[in-house]
Amino acid sequence: MAKNKKTSEWNRHKVQALWALLTNSYLAGFVQGKIYKGPLKKLCVPGLNCYSCPGALGACPIGAMQAVIGSWNFKFAFYAAGFLMFIGALVGRFACGWLCPFGLIQDLLHKIPFPKKIGTFKGDRLLRKLKYVILIVFVILLPLCLVDIMGQGAPYFCKLICPAGTLEGGIPLVLLNNSMRSALGWLYVWKNVLLMITIILSIIIYRPFCKYICPLGAVYSVFNPISVFRYRVDKEKCVSCGACSRACKMQIDPVNEANHPECIHCGQCKKVCGVQAIR
Amino acid sequence: MKRLKYAGWRGLGAAAAGLLMMGYGIYRNEVDVVMAKAVSICLECIGIG
Repeated sequence: MAKNKKTSEWNRHKVQALWALLTNSYLAGFVQGKIYKGPLKKLCVPGLNCYSCPGALGACPIGAMQAVIGSWNFKFAFYAAGFLMFIGALVGRFACGWLCPFGLIQDLLHKIPFPKKIGTFKGDRLLRKLKYVILIVFVILLPLCLVDIMGQGAPYFCKLICPAGTLEGGIPLVLLNNSMRSALGWLYVWKNVLLMITIILSIIIYRPFCKYICPLGAVYSVFNPISVFRYRVDKEKCVSCGACSRACKMQIDPVNEANHPECIHCGQCKKVCGVQAIR
Repeated sequence: MKRLKYAGWRGLGAAAAGLLMMGYGIYRNEVDVVMAKAVSICLECIGIG
């Protein structure tokens, strides 16, 4: 029992939930089917949080990046890229593990019992590179190059892939607005199919969207090895029992790969270490 | 241990560079584009546009 309490993830989930509530606290939006339009909306939040969520107080950094890159008068998004660099350099993927609402949703979905949960599989490591391709192609290149007659590029990641936008913005807004219901088409169906796939996979695999798809995680992962907040492993204390790597749901061996790009700093490895070798 | 110290400095340097980039982005009014996008319902994001 004591061990269960020690390794419980609920404290982290409480922080995640608190942060999600704090950054999505425009409750009037959920009642009126509208979105917040105040000055805070120009500030980016560290997690994947659609700015069309009725409660969202801030801007999604990936959406902001595409908006600026796709704008006719800018070809690089210094503001959004600088924000991601700042957060990444300070805390790395801690933002994924603790401050991302869509990460929390996946964490909770994975708690649903399923006969055979999948840890890793053949091609898992290779598939994790997909998020870098998505970052480069859908977040940067397509909004930059595939432009309309006015020179404006669409936010292709948001439009074609992001299930967070469907869950946080699409579903509530469509439920609350009659006019939007009449405008639904194939794109809405496609995005809901992607959302359903993400939900089902999240029950079976731990954080599949974060591992394979998320461009935000891809950016933060680059900074993980150099971030100011990172794990330190005391190799003299370590007894190589392997408890930390067994506890890691992102399938990392913290002893050999502390601060690996895939590490979301959930802290489970630190909790299970019997000799406190991970700090 | 030395390597870890260097990593810390690299992190702080990158964070400072990030702040400078943000400042430059604000200076050239990128924030207005973000604001304009964020205060209107993004039809593409929600699967309508």
